[in-house]
Amino acid sequence: MDKIKLVEATQLKEGIPAFKSGDTVNVHVKVREGDKERIQEFQGIVISRRGSGVNATFTVRKISDGVGVERIFPLHSPRLAQIVLVKEGRVRRAKLYYVRKLAAKAVTQKTTA
Amino acid sequence: MSGILGKKIGMTSLFDDNGEAVPCTVIEAGPCYVTQVKTSAKDGYDAVQLGFDEKRERLINKPLKGHLAKAGAKALRLLREFRSFNGQALKPGDEVKVDIFSQGDAVDVTGRSKGRGFQGVVKRHHFRGVGMITHGQSDRVRAPGSIGSSSYPSRVFKGMRMAGRMGFEQVTVKNLRVVRVIPESNILIVRGSVPGAINGYLEINKHS
Repeated sequence: MDKIKLVEATQLKEGIPAFKSGDTVNVHVKVREGDKERIQEFQGIVISRRGSGVNATFTVRKISDGVGVERIFPLHSPRLAQIVLVKEGRVRRAKLYYVRKLAAKAVTQKTTA
Repeated sequence: MSGILGKKIGMTSLFDDNGEAVPCTVIEAGPCYVTQVKTSAKDGYDAVQLGFDEKRERLINKPLKGHLAKAGAKALRLLREFRSFNGQALKPGDEVKVDIFSQGDAVDVTGRSKGRGFQGVVKRHHFRGVGMITHGQSDRVRAPGSIGSSSYPSRVFKGMRMAGRMGFEQVTVKNLRVVRVIPESNILIVRGSVPGAINGYLEINKHS
């Protein structure tokens, strides 16, 4: 397996903040429009982190215009310009899939310390 | 045109230039040693025999030892002939390394698929089984169905697809793209999957 790690190591990003499920993060995504590149922000709660090495991903959920939106980002993707840890949350499990069924207020209650 | 021998290390995903995650297979390819050069004058055809994967000297038998000694090669586990080195002046003892490939090349990868044991017709030949699961039926879901007609021909045709041993056969996957080559550590990375289990031997040829 070490040969695979060797290959993956070249693609791992450094300086990724330590964030966990329940935290609120602001993800800066590089968006290419034609030949222009701009940054799009996606802020929400991290409801899941999975995988290891280059295959690690995390899921961010937010409520946009009353509709729940979830995006799954590869943690080491070169398309992510920056991940900003906005607020730490305090939750009691690693996967917060249950928040999909909760009202917005209940989500805040569940994820604040 | 050229080729090399290698060993499957495993799969992972890597990001390409567009930031897209690409499924990749990591192959330890080479270094290979030329153990024999066949010529049409002497052997009736042109080929280069490559050897790969060193093993302990005492694990090889005397005939093979003699054969390898002619090329000055060490004890090798795998010997394969390549007929694709046309026109390249290789001589016994030469080394062939991964640097014969570069990023973006198309390659064909040959290996031995994982053995699946005795399998039914649904898994082995992609039959769809017979009939339905419900409506009282209880035992035909993965059955092969009819295997032929009756009094004529009174036999089952040769090659009729039936249940049996599956896998552990030579499989070639063609036109795989080389994602990256790391010559220092003899690593070749191709896009997509490759036949066989981890540590399985592979033959890698430039796509023709």
